Amino acid sequence: MNLRTSLKGSVNDSIKLNIKLNVRQYTMFVALLFIWLIFTVVTKGLFITSRNLSNLFIQMCTTGIMACGMVLVMVAGHIDLSVGSVAGTLGAIAAALMAKCGVSPILAIAITLITGLLIGTWHGFWIAYRGVPAFIVTLSSMTAFKGVTLAVTNGATIGEFSNLFKSLGQGYIPKIIPNAEFNDTSALIGIISIILFIIFDFRKRNTRKKYGFEVATIPIQILRIVFVSVAIALVSSIMVNYRGIPIAVLILIGIILIYTFITNKTTFGRHVYAIGGNKEAAKLSGINVKKTELLIYASMGLLTALAAIVFTARLNAATPGAGNLFELDAIASCIIGGTSTMGGKGTIIGAIIGALVMASIDNGMSLMNVNIMYQYMIKGLILLLAVWVDFATKKRA
Amino acid sequence: MNEYILEMVNISKEFPGVKALDNVNFKVKKGEIHALVGENGAGKSTLMKILSGVYPYGTYSGDIIFKGKIRQFNTIKDSEQAGIAIIYQELALIKQLSVCENIFLGNEINDRGVINWEKSYVETEKFLKEVRLNIKPTTLVMNLGIGQQQLVEIAKAMSKQSDLLILDEPTSALTEDEIDNLFDLLRGFKEKGITCIYISHKLDEIFKIADRITVLRDGITVATHNTADLDESKLISLMVGRKLTERFPKVRYEPGEVVLELKNWTVFDPEIPEKKVINNVSFTARKGEVLGIAGLMGAGRTELCMSIFGCYGSKVLGQLFVNGKEIKARDPGSVIKAGVSYLSEDRKGNGLVLIQSIKKNISMASLDYISKATVINENEEIRMVEKYVTKLRIKTPSIEQLVGNLSGGNQQKVVLGKWLMTDPKVLILDEPTRGIDVGAKFEIYNIINSLVESGVCIIMISSELPEILGMSDRILIMHEGEIRGELHWKEATQEKIMSYATGGK
Repeated sequence: MNLRTSLKGSVNDSIKLNIKLNVRQYTMFVALLFIWLIFTVVTKGLFITSRNLSNLFIQMCTTGIMACGMVLVMVAGHIDLSVGSVAGTLGAIAAALMAKCGVSPILAIAITLITGLLIGTWHGFWIAYRGVPAFIVTLSSMTAFKGVTLAVTNGATIGEFSNLFKSLGQGYIPKIIPNAEFNDTSALIGIISIILFIIFDFRKRNTRKKYGFEVATIPIQILRIVFVSVAIALVSSIMVNYRGIPIAVLILIGIILIYTFITNKTTFGRHVYAIGGNKEAAKLSGINVKKTELLIYASMGLLTALAAIVFTARLNAATPGAGNLFELDAIASCIIGGTSTMGGKGTIIGAIIGALVMASIDNGMSLMNVNIMYQYMIKGLILLLAVWVDFATKKRA
Repeated sequence: MNEYILEMVNISKEFPGVKALDNVNFKVKKGEIHALVGENGAGKSTLMKILSGVYPYGTYSGDIIFKGKIRQFNTIKDSEQAGIAIIYQELALIKQLSVCENIFLGNEINDRGVINWEKSYVETEKFLKEVRLNIKPTTLVMNLGIGQQQLVEIAKAMSKQSDLLILDEPTSALTEDEIDNLFDLLRGFKEKGITCIYISHKLDEIFKIADRITVLRDGITVATHNTADLDESKLISLMVGRKLTERFPKVRYEPGEVVLELKNWTVFDPEIPEKKVINNVSFTARKGEVLGIAGLMGAGRTELCMSIFGCYGSKVLGQLFVNGKEIKARDPGSVIKAGVSYLSEDRKGNGLVLIQSIKKNISMASLDYISKATVINENEEIRMVEKYVTKLRIKTPSIEQLVGNLSGGNQQKVVLGKWLMTDPKVLILDEPTRGIDVGAKFEIYNIINSLVESGVCIIMISSELPEILGMSDRILIMHEGEIRGELHWKEATQEKIMSYATGGK
């Protein structure tokens, strides 16, 4: 009995430590719910409808995808100001390939992704191997790729793509039974996710047991499973109630899973955090700082391409002004989600919460018919406040 | 008329946990060149920082009497206005600005905020002439050599009408000719009645230039003598004259075969590519021995080890062998793989990621060993890290604790744990016990013993002579980038080491 309570005590301690370390994320999550509550009240319930939330999730996909890459960039202590311009160019390239050159959507997507990867590598080369500050390198690209976009689009909108391509931005997962009352595939995906989570959670418990480490007590474990399952069920039921899970959201979820894995479980991820935390110590520990930085920017380029594809598909057009201020949304998402402007700290899931906050503010203000000029002002101020909170909380710690 | 321009009476200064100065008395006569000597950490810099107002009035006890009046300096500006100028070892000029701009920085000759350049240039030329520097006032400082920069610093001190000039290790970067020139200049100042405090590790220079010498040791004034009454060996015994107590749990083992060999190692300064920081160093280190590297500040010990690790120098010549195999790569990753690890003297700057957990810090240099296809086996990681936390007795409730929240001694153990996890054949420890308490020091000595017993070769840099003597099997002594002497532990004494370290035969 004694042993049991002491074990429970130390697990509780580690949970407390975990909460302390991630306090920023939890507060942001609460803030998100608060923002949703306010908009729901102000819009008389319009905000919280399945339809609007489904749209909100689609709208946040571009920002969310880029924010995942931006987390790595910012954790390493750098910045990428060019993602907006580059996304505009890449969207225009994909559009031009399909609408003007008659390239198939699959090939166009592949070319766009590779181009994004190359642009990111270009940034990484100058930053890591030539020592030019990231701020300058990406500022240069921010300007340069505005020009490239104009060149590719000829200053005009390129539009109307095949249904296949459009579905990446606007489509929903098709039903299995065509005449079903609701989107059965989406419901199935929700159920499968819950089952997979339960299996993984218990497998993790077993390997920890095999190593002889203490594990959470069964009630705590069940509590966690119930909590996560309800969350998954809630989100998927919102989408099932409307038209099903949007394909763009599925892409975003895939990216979130991959990048969470990279940041938490791989040596590359560890290296990124070590470089951001103390570059000298990382170097002296044998970490290849330059190569890591190059990879960070290459990944940013690839994700920018993916975001550009989703965005272009959603609009069903590439415009000369596309991608405007995407960098603000991506950077703000990271910072709101707890990524430190000084480097070394930040999580993928935090940035996604941040992206949800940004998208909710956009969406809510649009529902309220707030003039676009005020929307810009408010978003700018939110970024300022988020950075200030970052510094203020750091001083206290 | 008082013959002393400066009297520092009963000065005491405490840092958390250490008494840096203990009732120090220091008197300087007007118009003399007074040398201040002592080992690393004897308290010279602290004393000078008190004098120049870096440590403001109230943070120390005792009185400063300068030009007959008790002074309370709160900032460097206060001491400058009183007529005290300090020239640091690391020059404090702004390289992108001109000589003239540097000399009048903060004291610009101006008329309602508009700088009078004509007058500034004329004045600058006057001061440059005084320090015998034949350059234009508009020359950018970055185009000057170190020796010339030093003279600009002195000219700057002149411009402030200083009566007391403090030179901290002024010759460490100078050539023979430049040193002679500087000495001529100082003698000229003496004739004009300017007083000079001269801090140096180079005893031959001190005997050449100083009128009187004050020796500090462990924060206490040992003695003040006329230079004529001393010789080098007397001075050295004053500097080190403490009794060695049995504080070191040293265990002797038979050293095995050579694991690390350095041949004709020459390293060039990262900023001044033609300057040699390390000059033709060769040595061997054996399995199961502690090789101590002694020397005074600036002797090049850290630079030597950083260059072996591939982290220092614009150019490195020479060969490095580990277990008889030449290591040609000059990056930390390859050197670690070859079996050499380096614990840096700057724990917070170069060793730890303070915002990360103990776990991530310890596994940082050995992630490859615990991962498959770059995916980290986290359970294996926890197991390994917990092993080292237990072995090194790191006091913490959890390995998830942030390193920034640990005490100095525990932080040092975390860095040690990081390097032990790489399973090194050669472990270089650079000042392994700096800034940690006595208990933790003793534990680190015991860890060194157990490592040596298991066949690891330890190379230990230390500025504390008792530590070097107490823990080493063999001692190399460095001076000005060269190895000046090698002593077996049986023949080594503080006096012998200090004699080599100050450039003696």
